[in-house]
Amino acid sequence: MDSFIVISLIKIFVVFGALMTILAYLQWVERKVIAHIQVRPGPYRVGPHGLLQPLADVIKLITKEDLVPPYVNKPLYLAAPFLAITTALLSISVIPFGPAIQVAGYPTYMQLTDLNFGVLFVLGVSSIGVYGIALAGWSSNNKYALLGGLRSSAQMISYELPLSLAIAAPLLISNTLSLRKLVDSQYGWLWNWNLFHGFQYVSFIVFLIAAFAETNRVPFDLPEAENELVAGFHTEYSSMKFASFFMAEYANMITVSCMATLLFLGGWVAPWPAAYGSGYVPVAVFAAAGLVALFHGLHPARKRDRYSFPVVGVVFLIVAAVFLVPLTQNILLPLFWFCAKTGAILFLYIWVRGTLPRFRYDQLMGFAWKFLFPIAMLNLLATGLVIAAF
Amino acid sequence: MDVIIFLVFALIAVVAAINVVVQRHPISSAISLVAVMGSLAVLYLLLGAEFIAAAQVIVYAGAIMVLFVFVIMLLNAGGETKAGRSITASLLGVPVLVALLALLAFFTARIYPPDTEVRFGGFRGGTAAAVGRALFTTYLLPFEITSILILIAIVGAIVLARKELE
Amino acid sequence: MTGHIPLSWFLTLSAVLFSLGVAGFIFRRNIITMFMSIELILNAVNLSFITFAYQRQQVAGHLFAFFVMVVAAAEAAVGLAIILTVFKNRGTLNIDDMDSMKN
Repeated sequence: MDSFIVISLIKIFVVFGALMTILAYLQWVERKVIAHIQVRPGPYRVGPHGLLQPLADVIKLITKEDLVPPYVNKPLYLAAPFLAITTALLSISVIPFGPAIQVAGYPTYMQLTDLNFGVLFVLGVSSIGVYGIALAGWSSNNKYALLGGLRSSAQMISYELPLSLAIAAPLLISNTLSLRKLVDSQYGWLWNWNLFHGFQYVSFIVFLIAAFAETNRVPFDLPEAENELVAGFHTEYSSMKFASFFMAEYANMITVSCMATLLFLGGWVAPWPAAYGSGYVPVAVFAAAGLVALFHGLHPARKRDRYSFPVVGVVFLIVAAVFLVPLTQNILLPLFWFCAKTGAILFLYIWVRGTLPRFRYDQLMGFAWKFLFPIAMLNLLATGLVIAAF
Repeated sequence: MDVIIFLVFALIAVVAAINVVVQRHPISSAISLVAVMGSLAVLYLLLGAEFIAAAQVIVYAGAIMVLFVFVIMLLNAGGETKAGRSITASLLGVPVLVALLALLAFFTARIYPPDTEVRFGGFRGGTAAAVGRALFTTYLLPFEITSILILIAIVGAIVLARKELE
Repeated sequence: MTGHIPLSWFLTLSAVLFSLGVAGFIFRRNIITMFMSIELILNAVNLSFITFAYQRQQVAGHLFAFFVMVVAAAEAAVGLAIILTVFKNRGTLNIDDMDSMKN
């Protein structure tokens, strides 16, 4: 019993620390990727290649004046960002990152808790997240904030329906609600993944579109766009409370990408079994990245790259060497595949943000109710019929 | 451990329920009602009803109460004004209510012999599989009727709330 | 470390929530708050159903609670639509002002 509590506490700290770091650096990745899509360098002054930019942003947000306007409804105003960030972080607690491992002799899962109804838990927590935004809009006593809050909440609850139906289809195939057993049912080769084995292409696309809308990301970010609605529901929020909404949005993005990986892309399962050498893929990837960085370090484009690129190259080569060590391989390899797949979907999020314009609000709602919802229902019906027939 | 969880969440439920009844502005009542539903969901988990707990959070707290909150925000009618109240009513009201509740609690507790006790994990038949199986075999007729009921509700709500066409 | 909770405590809690809901329904004049008291009553009844399902070790109580939830959803949708229409016509949410059918 004691070791269970100690291990759980360790896991909580590790996951929380990793999540906070990833949240900060996800913002850096987003700014860099969007900058390169728009053929400009992005942040590169603060630290080498702008790597300390998230630190600068955190310092800026913490030291900004924490203004509480006098005309707001104080209890709800203070509770709304708290609710948003709490529900966003809570859904990470059921995401499995890997198989059962041994930590100093104690067997444990690479997951904070394995609920029998894990999928329903994530859906429920994201339903409660709507309140954070609705209350933020209401308590600000500001017509732009109220409009933004109401529009955003209406959008979130409208897109919850296609999201739930798109989730239900691979659940029919995997026959379980527990996230760990969902991954276990996709064990094996590339074609065992729910996306290929169950022909869930339509579900995957519906899930991604509904997820973009649930997390208020482009092309569905009208309620919080700065040039449309004076920043929408977080108009009256400053410094740490604004940062909470920001972090909540990125945490929701990460949760939804993890769910897409678990439901459709096989979670932490490698595309081909480790017996055939899939354990060497991370080594190859990191070694290649390291060699490319070292090569560019020899012919630097800018003077400061003479130092930064070789350092980066050496770091990548060290990571590649770590993957060769068999001691930690059963922890690192599933984590690598899980992060690679989730990272691919996050890259898709950022790619879409840099590419597509945003929807008008009535187009957005019409798209949800008149197009996405019927398609999700037909897909669920078709999946059910195919499973019943075979 | 179970007792602590029960006491904490039962206390939250009762305090939030009192808040629902007592608060002036409907939006504070709505948020308190969400808190009641959340703590009831935890109590359902204690009783082994995992699917119903999840359905409570997703459907009741996450959809129906959002509907309430939307309507309150859209109507924007403000809090209730304090109507004229007699002193005897406000002096007698709360103690009589508490006495009534104590009587109710006493008689409820007396009916059940003390050996029926609830333990977390004492009932394992509340999984989604069990509920789904019962829903689609024994209770199929009520299930289909409720789907028609929801359709009626959708049509009714749309007809009632739309703008009148000239 | 798992203690035991007497079953009657759950039923007592259900009775307390039910009475609070009835008190809210009787004493409040704002129609939306009255509606929310009704939802409180329905929640208290759901707790009773789940408790009895535990006592009899059957899943039927869960099914009943599920149907109560579904009916509450339908009722909330239609009821709030009616409240919206009444507010549009009368401009007030105080139930004492909706007495045009009184003699």
